[in-house]
Amino acid sequence: MPGFRTSPDRGASVRFPRSRDSAPYTGRVRLALEIALARAAGRMSRLAGRGGGTTLPGKILATVDPGAVGRLARRLPRGSALVSATNGKTTTAAMVAEILSPRVRLAHNRAGANLVSGIASTLLASRGAELGLFEVDEGAFPSVARTLGPRAVCLGNLFRDQLDRYGELELTAERWRAAVRELDPDAWTIVNADDPALSDLAEGRPHARRFGLDDQSVARERLPHAADSKHCLVCGTPYEYVAAYVGHLGDYCCPNCGRRRPALDVSARRIVLEGLASVRFELVTPEGTVDVELALPGLYNVYNAVAAASLAGVLGAELEQSAAGLRRFRPAFGRAERIPADGRTLLVLLVKNPAGANEAVRTLVSAGPPRVAVIALNDAIADGQDISWIWDADFEPLAAGLETLVATGVRAQELALRFKYGGLDPARIEVVPDLAAALDRGLELTPAGGELVLLPTYTAMLALRAIAAERGLVRPYWEAAA
Amino acid sequence: MKVVVGHLYPDYLNIYADRGNIAVLERRAAWRGIEFDYRTITVGDPLRPGEHDLLYVGGGQDREQALIAPDLAARGGAVREAAEAGAVVLAVCGGYQLLGRFYRDRAGVELPGVGLFDHHTIAGERRMIGDVLLECELEPGRPRTLAGFENHAGRTVLGPGVAPLGRVVAGFGNDGESGYEGCRRGRAIGTYLHGPLLPRNPWFADWLLAQAVAHRTGAEPPELERLPDDFESEAHRVAAERAKSRGGRF
Repeated sequence: MPGFRTSPDRGASVRFPRSRDSAPYTGRVRLALEIALARAAGRMSRLAGRGGGTTLPGKILATVDPGAVGRLARRLPRGSALVSATNGKTTTAAMVAEILSPRVRLAHNRAGANLVSGIASTLLASRGAELGLFEVDEGAFPSVARTLGPRAVCLGNLFRDQLDRYGELELTAERWRAAVRELDPDAWTIVNADDPALSDLAEGRPHARRFGLDDQSVARERLPHAADSKHCLVCGTPYEYVAAYVGHLGDYCCPNCGRRRPALDVSARRIVLEGLASVRFELVTPEGTVDVELALPGLYNVYNAVAAASLAGVLGAELEQSAAGLRRFRPAFGRAERIPADGRTLLVLLVKNPAGANEAVRTLVSAGPPRVAVIALNDAIADGQDISWIWDADFEPLAAGLETLVATGVRAQELALRFKYGGLDPARIEVVPDLAAALDRGLELTPAGGELVLLPTYTAMLALRAIAAERGLVRPYWEAAA
Repeated sequence: MKVVVGHLYPDYLNIYADRGNIAVLERRAAWRGIEFDYRTITVGDPLRPGEHDLLYVGGGQDREQALIAPDLAARGGAVREAAEAGAVVLAVCGGYQLLGRFYRDRAGVELPGVGLFDHHTIAGERRMIGDVLLECELEPGRPRTLAGFENHAGRTVLGPGVAPLGRVVAGFGNDGESGYEGCRRGRAIGTYLHGPLLPRNPWFADWLLAQAVAHRTGAEPPELERLPDDFESEAHRVAAERAKSRGGRF
């Protein structure tokens, strides 16, 4: 996020005395004052043209008084629910919001500010909310869970992602396990049973739902190169897959010790993938079965939808309400989002790690491989400073159909190398590090009425959106998300 | 002409884009008309010294490294014998640690390594993460630079039987203190640099290839035909700038 410092010890330029030792009777007044100050800072940030000001108020509040965030959350009459995952947390949380919002007033961090500060900002901005619905960064999940004391958590998947920032998968899974153990016994634990690293998190929890996919016809032939967690958690033997769906997610079984995917409480059956347009499936839940149509492509979005229906179900949504919400749902920004531009359509698919990129590529190619693609690789903290992940992603099926690849972003040359050594003729690769110029070049190569595929990393996506907003194609994301 | 490449545990040690290094070696060999015979060696497979001209060991997560460590230790003799007979070895990150004498974890438990390199690694508190730039001189009088990315908690301490791969210009290097990175023993190289290492350091990929050819032929390493490396040099330049502006400081 340009203009903002993300380091917690340098986050706010204004220092206030900490309230940890203040007498209880001043607590309320202090909280009200802190809230007012933090809110004002957000408005000032926006007026000063520093982007959305989406996390500044929360940063100030979290700095001034870390305990205030939890107190603010506990004011919500219906409590909070947390959604975390390497991939799909923004979409899953947005789906839950779509399902619940007609009947429940939500505090929801839909602009994707998913650290404690972003959640604090959302709480500050959501007066009158009944229920907190927060997507949470996977590294921040344990501390957010401790701070908020949620009534439900939904844990979607763990893929290798930004190893420079999160460390190794196993470590994240271990921290999640500890955080789940500390949850209130009445809290719901919803986990993806298809992820071998997570499926046991619900064990021993009195209120649990395990979700997954149940349709071998959409399984991959084999695990992709970058599959993680593929050795048995108990004995280390490689799992055998009855069906591998997305990355290492699937119906697995250890041939040595017999550890296998647990029985599913909520699942998707009879899945029909309809290219880049949509998917249909049968949603099977303890409350019954219903047909769902999603205006989003890809098997990964079936996972998101099943996760969302599982969470919405324990938060009180009826099955038909879940199905209707999913039917109404439109992509979160940058997630298979379509933007009209210059008589053409931009199709934006965020890519940020091998598992997500593989699914984006699989979905694109299933609809007929594009002839032109603009891929944007940045290496800011939010993208991962370590760009080696592009070599673990399987871009080859995309490369096979490309007449021109426009490689852009701060590390555009590395993308060019990825495709060159992946077998794409270097003559077909154009390196245009400047994002606006790359977008123009992509549009120039796209016939009128055609679709231009953009695959940006996180900060490249925000920058591309800002360019699109400047040109009047989309509203700024903090307005679109409001 | 051909080279036989043995990739150790690609199904376990592949976390930092190790296949990118293999892809670079393979293409750059093919562009010179050198046949690239790629073979994988995983748990339980035989490793016959002399069969391979180049052995590659990548990095894995702690769990995967622990899973293969006993298998690798059991074939330590074969790896040492191959390297001593002039086979090229490239060991990256976890592989670099595993080929040393031992690795001591946080609890003080020592895991024995292969002992190809005279070094040992001690787990540290803080991970050393960031872009790295090295200066090295594999051929006397021909200094070159290597640009990569490091992410390791282990501090590797070199013994007298091994030389560093290079001097750290920016970044942490072996231990964040010595100012050196990686190690070299003849044609065997260990390094923390991934990213992956070879795409943006094509001169180093070519050095490894030429040494592998020399192992096959028993002659001097050949002078390989130059290739158009425009993307590669530009990527190297950007990565080197990255390291200078934000690499770790020891």
